[in-house]
Amino acid sequence: MPTLVSARKKAASGRNGRSGPELIFGDLWPYDPAPETADPKLKPRYELFINGEFVAPKGGKYFDSINPANEQKLAKIALAGAADVDAAYRAARRAYETVWSRMPGRERSKYLFRIARLLQDRAREFAVAETMDGGKPIKESRDFDVPMAAAHFFYHAGWADKLEYVAPGRGVAPLGVVGQVIPWNFPLLMLAWKIAPALAMGNCVVLKPAETTSITALKFAEILQDAELPPGVVNFVTGAGETGAAVMGHPLAAKVAFTGSTEVGKIIMRSLAGTGKKMTMELGGKAANIVFDDAPINQAVEGIVNGIFFNQGHVCCAGSRLLVHEPVAGEILAKLKNRLKVLRVGDPLDKNTDIGAINSREQLAKIHELVDSGVKEGAALFQPPCRLPAKGFYFPPTLFSEVTMSHRIASEEIFGPVLSILTFRTVDEAIEKANNTAYGLSAGVWTDKGSRILKMSTELKAGVVWANTYNKFDPASPFGGYKESGFGREGGRQGLLDYAKLI
Amino acid sequence: MSRLPITKTPKVYVGGAFIRSESSRVFPLPDARGDFFANIPQCTRKDLRNAVEAAAKAGPGWAKRTAYNRGQILYRLGEMLEARAAEMTAALIRFGAPKARAAREVGLTVDRLIYYAGWADKYEQVLGSVNPVAAPYFNFTVTEPMGVVGVIAPDTLPLLGLVSMVAPAIVSGNTVVALASERHPYPAILLGEMLATSDLPGGVVNLLTGFRKELVPTFATHTHLRAISAAVTASERKTIELGAAESVKRTHFVDAEKTDWFGDRAQSLYEIRDFLELKTTWHPVGA
Repeated sequence: MPTLVSARKKAASGRNGRSGPELIFGDLWPYDPAPETADPKLKPRYELFINGEFVAPKGGKYFDSINPANEQKLAKIALAGAADVDAAYRAARRAYETVWSRMPGRERSKYLFRIARLLQDRAREFAVAETMDGGKPIKESRDFDVPMAAAHFFYHAGWADKLEYVAPGRGVAPLGVVGQVIPWNFPLLMLAWKIAPALAMGNCVVLKPAETTSITALKFAEILQDAELPPGVVNFVTGAGETGAAVMGHPLAAKVAFTGSTEVGKIIMRSLAGTGKKMTMELGGKAANIVFDDAPINQAVEGIVNGIFFNQGHVCCAGSRLLVHEPVAGEILAKLKNRLKVLRVGDPLDKNTDIGAINSREQLAKIHELVDSGVKEGAALFQPPCRLPAKGFYFPPTLFSEVTMSHRIASEEIFGPVLSILTFRTVDEAIEKANNTAYGLSAGVWTDKGSRILKMSTELKAGVVWANTYNKFDPASPFGGYKESGFGREGGRQGLLDYAKLI
Repeated sequence: MSRLPITKTPKVYVGGAFIRSESSRVFPLPDARGDFFANIPQCTRKDLRNAVEAAAKAGPGWAKRTAYNRGQILYRLGEMLEARAAEMTAALIRFGAPKARAAREVGLTVDRLIYYAGWADKYEQVLGSVNPVAAPYFNFTVTEPMGVVGVIAPDTLPLLGLVSMVAPAIVSGNTVVALASERHPYPAILLGEMLATSDLPGGVVNLLTGFRKELVPTFATHTHLRAISAAVTASERKTIELGAAESVKRTHFVDAEKTDWFGDRAQSLYEIRDFLELKTTWHPVGA
């Protein structure tokens, strides 16, 4: 028998009036497996991509990339040393001086359009590869990561021959070679966010993907070859922190762009002090998602779930702090618990999976550590009963209620499927609590009152505010943080300017 | 027998009041001929922290003023400086500026204020945007001031340099704590007196005098300063960037030697932009 969950008993529920019981079927009928079967066309070994060619690393070393869903090895990846990074920069500089910076914007534009189209052609293959390498549900890589990556190239392609409109009153020029280091949470999409505007402006690129998620970048290199992008315009060097430091610190880098943790961002800023390099930093977050009592509650619950469980919570702008207006706190908590019970955790390649695998063993340990601290510090834990696969890295969707601002789970970025719930009574208290963090990347607000949305949007110290929605992205929409969430923007005309110098 | 004139005790303008350093320290300032002119406050790190507090307190009110109002107040500051142009020019000359250049520096400083005053209610329309996202959302990007900005002014053109750095920061609603030229601090003392009569709320611009080597490290590390605008040497720049990393502070550097403060390029919309945050808001379009 399906469980009958009684409707909210609140008197003031007349507004939407839909107070019928909800049906929770739980595990009564198991889903059949629905795996996505497209061939990801993986190679057993991936080399570095330098000067338009796949080359072996000078040190001859490789590391394994595994599938976090089952801990099986996917491929060997070349480990780039300082000499490889140097070769990549030299190739990029040569391409910049001899080809790319001299090419008319109209022609650069067509290369970017080509890249967008070729990526669209191979979208399903890339989606499967992305899911196998990173652990995200196939429905997300298929419907979000890959199409959005293609959209970024398509959007920026059109800018390449219209650069005189980027900075009214001034001309713009490319900076030179740009060093970029990207994270493991949206490997292909972050690559697109970094490369598309850099190339549209006329820069050349040396990019390092995260060590656990290098495969789609190297598959993307195949697309660059198919698009006949001039050699050296884009170079990929793979490896871990040491390789990243070499990319950030190379003397030929006119600018560095980094997406990752605030901790590493600060290390990079310190290491580049006095070098005169331009920087864009897209760092961590601890976003407040604020729900008022007049919000459309069912929509808000969906938004909260999407805000924190999208990509297993491996999202810098995840709505990890839920601030709920006291009058609706009980109702929202009850609805969230019901909603969590029907989230499907498991095989990322299954089309029905909502929450896939945690990206790495290290990240899983970090999530466990912070969740343990939440329990120890006195917050109330809720996890729905769910069967996690025996192999691989998984973490069940988790709620903490009775959280206070002093708890670690309320201030530190968890980067996992863990939601901390706090309450507030007044608008001012909500603003105060939301802004009481060193971060300032994003925020959410849910209310039916237009003037309150605009007030909250004005007062929240965050670079992106989602009102009655959450976790929406677009190439035309500038994204980036306030305070310790970084500086510079990605997307839109504003983001493009960060890859230019004014002349 | 000639009358003995009353000399002025220079005080710095902080939080809308004229104060001396909390430490009571001063340093003697000679004029261009080497004669004693006055004792100038040698502000301390504590004075800097107090000034940041004053600036932080003034910030929200200043940012909430309408753009039109901020523009009028900057214009009013220009009026105050124009009215006392002779006094300011004489001060610049006394500290070594050639006559013609001093007059030009004061005139252009007024013009620079008027330039930025006019931007107050316009930059948003150029820098912000409505973004055509590929889904049914209304999506727009607006600018917001960063908060408290630390300014470290150049020695060359101590008035024009200072105002060229302060004006683009405050026009958008930031508040400023500025360290005046160490070599030529007196124009900043005079400017403080004009700020006090310009309708600019107390605390929006706070001017300190003192020694760079004492104060630059605190400018670099003070976490409530959200941005630094500095005309500094290479080693000072490194100090500031190292300190800025601790709180991911925004930095903006001016090459004091290479900058042509008299040129049109010394004033720009993009000087305003460098002290703005961009905020993007999404809202569904629907019934």
